[in-house]
Amino acid sequence: MRLVGSADRRRDAPGAGSAADRPDRRDIVRRRRLRNGIGTGLFVGPALLLYLVFVVGPLVYAAYFSLYHWSGLGAAIDFVGLHNYVLAFQDDLFRASILHNITIAALSILIQLPLGLGAALLLNRRFPGRTALRLVFFAPYVLSEAITAIIWLLMLQPDGLVDQALRGAGLGSLVHLWLADLKLVLYTMFVVITWKYIGFGIILFLAGLQGIPPEVLEAAQIDGATEIRSIWHVTIPLLGPTMRIWGFLSIIGSFQLFDLIWLTTLGGPAGSSSTMATYLIDHGFRRYQFGYGSAASVILFLVTLVIAVLYQFVLLRRDTEGAVTRMVA
Amino acid sequence: MTRFRRSCGLLVGVLAFVTAVSGCGGDTGSSQSSNASSSSGPVTLTWWHNANTDPGLSFWQSVADDFHKAHPNITVKVVPTQNEQLQTKIPVALQSSDPPDVYQQWGGGALATQVAAGKVLDITNDVKPWIGQLSTAVGNWQVNGKQYGIPYNLGVVGFWYNKDLFTKASISSPPATWDDFLADVGKLKAAGIVPISVGGQDRWPDAFYWDYLAVRMCSKSVIQQAAKTYNLSDQCWTQAGQKVQQLLDAKPFQPGYLATPAQVGAGSAAGLMGNGKAAMELQGQWDVGVMNSLTPNGQGLADKLGWFAFPSVSGGKGAQTAALGGGDGFSCSWKAPRQACVQFLQWMSSPDVQKRWTALNVGLPTNTAATGSVADVNLKNLITVRNKVPYVQLYLDIAFSTAVGQALDDATANQFAGTTTPQQVVKAITDAAANQ
Repeated sequence: MRLVGSADRRRDAPGAGSAADRPDRRDIVRRRRLRNGIGTGLFVGPALLLYLVFVVGPLVYAAYFSLYHWSGLGAAIDFVGLHNYVLAFQDDLFRASILHNITIAALSILIQLPLGLGAALLLNRRFPGRTALRLVFFAPYVLSEAITAIIWLLMLQPDGLVDQALRGAGLGSLVHLWLADLKLVLYTMFVVITWKYIGFGIILFLAGLQGIPPEVLEAAQIDGATEIRSIWHVTIPLLGPTMRIWGFLSIIGSFQLFDLIWLTTLGGPAGSSSTMATYLIDHGFRRYQFGYGSAASVILFLVTLVIAVLYQFVLLRRDTEGAVTRMVA
Repeated sequence: MTRFRRSCGLLVGVLAFVTAVSGCGGDTGSSQSSNASSSSGPVTLTWWHNANTDPGLSFWQSVADDFHKAHPNITVKVVPTQNEQLQTKIPVALQSSDPPDVYQQWGGGALATQVAAGKVLDITNDVKPWIGQLSTAVGNWQVNGKQYGIPYNLGVVGFWYNKDLFTKASISSPPATWDDFLADVGKLKAAGIVPISVGGQDRWPDAFYWDYLAVRMCSKSVIQQAAKTYNLSDQCWTQAGQKVQQLLDAKPFQPGYLATPAQVGAGSAAGLMGNGKAAMELQGQWDVGVMNSLTPNGQGLADKLGWFAFPSVSGGKGAQTAALGGGDGFSCSWKAPRQACVQFLQWMSSPDVQKRWTALNVGLPTNTAATGSVADVNLKNLITVRNKVPYVQLYLDIAFSTAVGQALDDATANQFAGTTTPQQVVKAITDAAANQ
């Protein structure tokens, strides 16, 4: 109604009627714009609605509940301000959980990156059985987290498959209590995580390698570069954007780590493999302390957000702005 | 202007979508509200239970069908859910405007929390005519003397043991005192046998030891008071932890017990026990079924399996023959049609249903008329013990509020892992109570 009204007013305005067809054309343009808008709305609507209901809504709710002391039953009326946040940071286990997340993220970069890159460089060559080998590397990534966790839980039991394999290979001295040793369990879990996700990194790097123009490598060869030198000075710099994206996904994934840990160790023993996510589920849902659990989840969200934003600005900026490579820099 | 118009169109589009979606969901609300109306017309009861596998699954369905035949105007909609999932679903559902009418209830602190929030029907007066048929077990489903749920199963925790392995270690009869028990652990170790299996990964099996020793060290009134005030200043609580430490120092458990699940896979605590790889396990009445299912032939230890009560502890101020236990029951939610819901609870507790349930060999009936129907040798032994004991203390992690109960499980698990002292266990529990 209001749109029609404003259009009429325009038409009556002095000086507007110099050409008789002009308002009509304007109307057509306006209508088309409105129609486009409705079209866009219908397409964006479902996704936007889902995003609002399942992402923004819970986020706002969590932030709200985190200010209350709330068991999940009845109305949240016991306002405690930032007390839940204070409690969380005072809890040794929560601080340890943050440290575990950081450890996993650092190990991912330090170990998974070279490992994934090396495997991708190998698998990029032509040799018999390449497809089969690619499949082997990628298969774990297709398994669900729950299945992976149960498989490894059974294999890592004392005298399980891992121990038997080690003994069979004459490495019996390497047998440990993989999941029961408080000092070892986090690293055991890191191996499982690497096994599970390395395939994803390899696929990313392989895709990145396909994007490197062969001319560049040829030119390097003509200039007399050895293979190692051309990998180091040509391939790896040109893979920069891919590696940075992988690093981004890997760090975010390390901070949100939940399923694998929860189903294999429940964050134990004695919290030695707990992450922020297992901590908040443990304290929120298992203890029915939804206010406190919400505070922990808001902290996790903020930590992840800060890392994501910093990473975007510091490392990914050139890539998102369309730079092909960092070579010149 | 253009921007405004475009966003206006966007808004119209989104609104159209929202209306379409909400239109679809709109009518469910109105049909639900008829549930809460008076019981004169046809009523539907939504029933949430945790028997998501057979035999329980088909049994409860048949109970619902029979009940509907006898009360044609009451339909029961059965919703089975896996146990751990159900425990997180219930508080969320009770908080919603559309809770189940009848739902699984384990009593204790969680029940008290639900009652305090006004989410459970007080059925004290409705059940008065018939609750006398049930054993004293019903006390665990009361809050401040009012009845908020009806149990159909009440079991006790005790030691399952492998008679063959005991013989192999030259142990003639199961231990009756704590000192004998520790001595037998030594004998089993000397014979190269893992004395005890425990599911340390799940934490609650660790807590059974602390709970039971607290029942032995603390008087009944101290425990009952603690479940209300969380005042654990009595020395008996620390002494319970010290007894736990005494056991831990004897290193009686299987290698890697901190990461062993309680009941998943043949390498779990129940699996080790069922497959003859450990001599004892402190567990509830359900463990026989779990053990059997984790053995290749499904038979478990069969007649090699024995049961003995938790040993008495000299110097303890608690009841030396009291049992630790717990069970399952059902409550009516705040929105349930009272009359129909109570009729259904009565139906489930009736001698007939209880006898048929008992025949499934999955637990111990609460209706005393069904006691004779317990067929399994081990369960028969258990129900005799249960009916004789001075009292059955609800598992402390259930008797305490959920927040404190879980803190108890965590603290004892930490003591099992060697990172927490008996004093720190008590402190962790009181701290959790102060912050809950």
